[in-house]
Amino acid sequence: MAEKKKDILFQPIFDNNPIALQILGICSALAVTTQLSTTLTMCVALTFVLVFSNLFVSVIRSAIPSSIRIIVQMTIIASLVIVVDQFLRAYAYDISRQLSVFVGLIITNCIVMGRAEAFAMKNPPGVSFLDGLGNAFGYSVVLIAVGFARELFGSGSLFGIEVMPLVTEGGWYYSNGLMLLPPSAFFLIGLFIWALRAWKPEQVEEEQFVMAPNSRTSDVY
Amino acid sequence: MAFNKDSVGGTLAVAFMVCLVCAVVVSTAAVTLRPTQEANRILDRQVNILRAAGRYEPGVDVQAEFAKIDRRFVDIETGEYVDMPDDFDQRRAARDDEMGRRLSSDQDIASIRRQSRVAEVYIVRDDEGQAERLILPIHGYGLWSTMYGFLSLETDISTIAGVVFYEHGETPGLGGEIENPRWRSLWEGKQLFDDDGDVAFQVIKGSVDSGTPDAEHKVDGLSGATLTANGVTNMVRFWAGENGFGPYLERLKNDSSLLN
Repeated sequence: MAEKKKDILFQPIFDNNPIALQILGICSALAVTTQLSTTLTMCVALTFVLVFSNLFVSVIRSAIPSSIRIIVQMTIIASLVIVVDQFLRAYAYDISRQLSVFVGLIITNCIVMGRAEAFAMKNPPGVSFLDGLGNAFGYSVVLIAVGFARELFGSGSLFGIEVMPLVTEGGWYYSNGLMLLPPSAFFLIGLFIWALRAWKPEQVEEEQFVMAPNSRTSDVY
Repeated sequence: MAFNKDSVGGTLAVAFMVCLVCAVVVSTAAVTLRPTQEANRILDRQVNILRAAGRYEPGVDVQAEFAKIDRRFVDIETGEYVDMPDDFDQRRAARDDEMGRRLSSDQDIASIRRQSRVAEVYIVRDDEGQAERLILPIHGYGLWSTMYGFLSLETDISTIAGVVFYEHGETPGLGGEIENPRWRSLWEGKQLFDDDGDVAFQVIKGSVDSGTPDAEHKVDGLSGATLTANGVTNMVRFWAGENGFGPYLERLKNDSSLLN
């Protein structure tokens, strides 16, 4: 049993990563990763929401009527997100302004809904809590990796502290403007998935279509 | 009788309980955190006024710097100073029947519908108490939202010293770039009025060719945010015009001692 709990907690980090394998929750990964400080805040916010939505959904799972289960999950998730948003506004005003709508958009983050529906509805609170934590870690690992690369190469800094002095401020580093634009997060997540699947080839999906051999090669030439 | 969660009554009961608990949690969080949020909002407003004044650096004592700024109240129609209580709230006044007025559609180029009859202005002073800059709170409608900002003028009442936008709901990354410091710095030194005294300021589409004769009135547009930029132009024109601070600015131009 202890072994299983460990799996639930650690599997989502690399073996069953919600972003890299399930390709969920990409939109916020694009939007908030230009700076590490906002990235980290987003990770903490999502961890809180995911862990507690899993916990609460799991606690009342046997009382949730199946006909309204999605809306009950949504209500719980939305309430948690509002609480997080209120806290950020009170204690991290600047960061909450930078995150703007994306804190609210945690409500529609597929990872949160996905784990509530797929895991918390069928499992007791303890393991649901761990599952939430594990998936939040998986999300955070990808986000922090992307945020690290984007801030380092896009602004030459980490957590706002200058690492590579920019040419515009008299240094030597020409900043890569693409890194500050949303598409770069796609490229980075793509590279992350590539690296992960090269390391763990069992994650590579079976090809849905097999390329037909070119029928004309041998005859004509 | 056993509780049947899938019956109509059971479904309604569960839905009601979930709503009740969530409502209590959310409202508790909102109510208990409101004082802190309000304090943050006021601090943020002061920081933004300091930013418009060019007095803000990270780590500066906001309260102490802010004490060097004079808050005055101006009657919009006459442009004269009036006395108002300290807790005057311009946004609330705009909604009030007596304190505010309705703008007709040809007056209302900034799409704000109602306007307070009395407006705040801030006068920034140097250490000797000499007026350095004038800060005007402005707001207007962009693409999705009302944008709130401060426009800072030099004492010649035409040269723009700076601008900040502190509250808006424009698209992050497109219209939201009105907060971008690099773009805001383009405003510095631009002329609000032309030689005839008419408001000539404009955010254009594309970038300004510094060779053109009226380049001093123009600021580069924001790519992907033409409608937001038009909103910004309209709001500056409204507040600098006859229904905004026009009469007050006119008086200041004739008599700079009004800044003392």
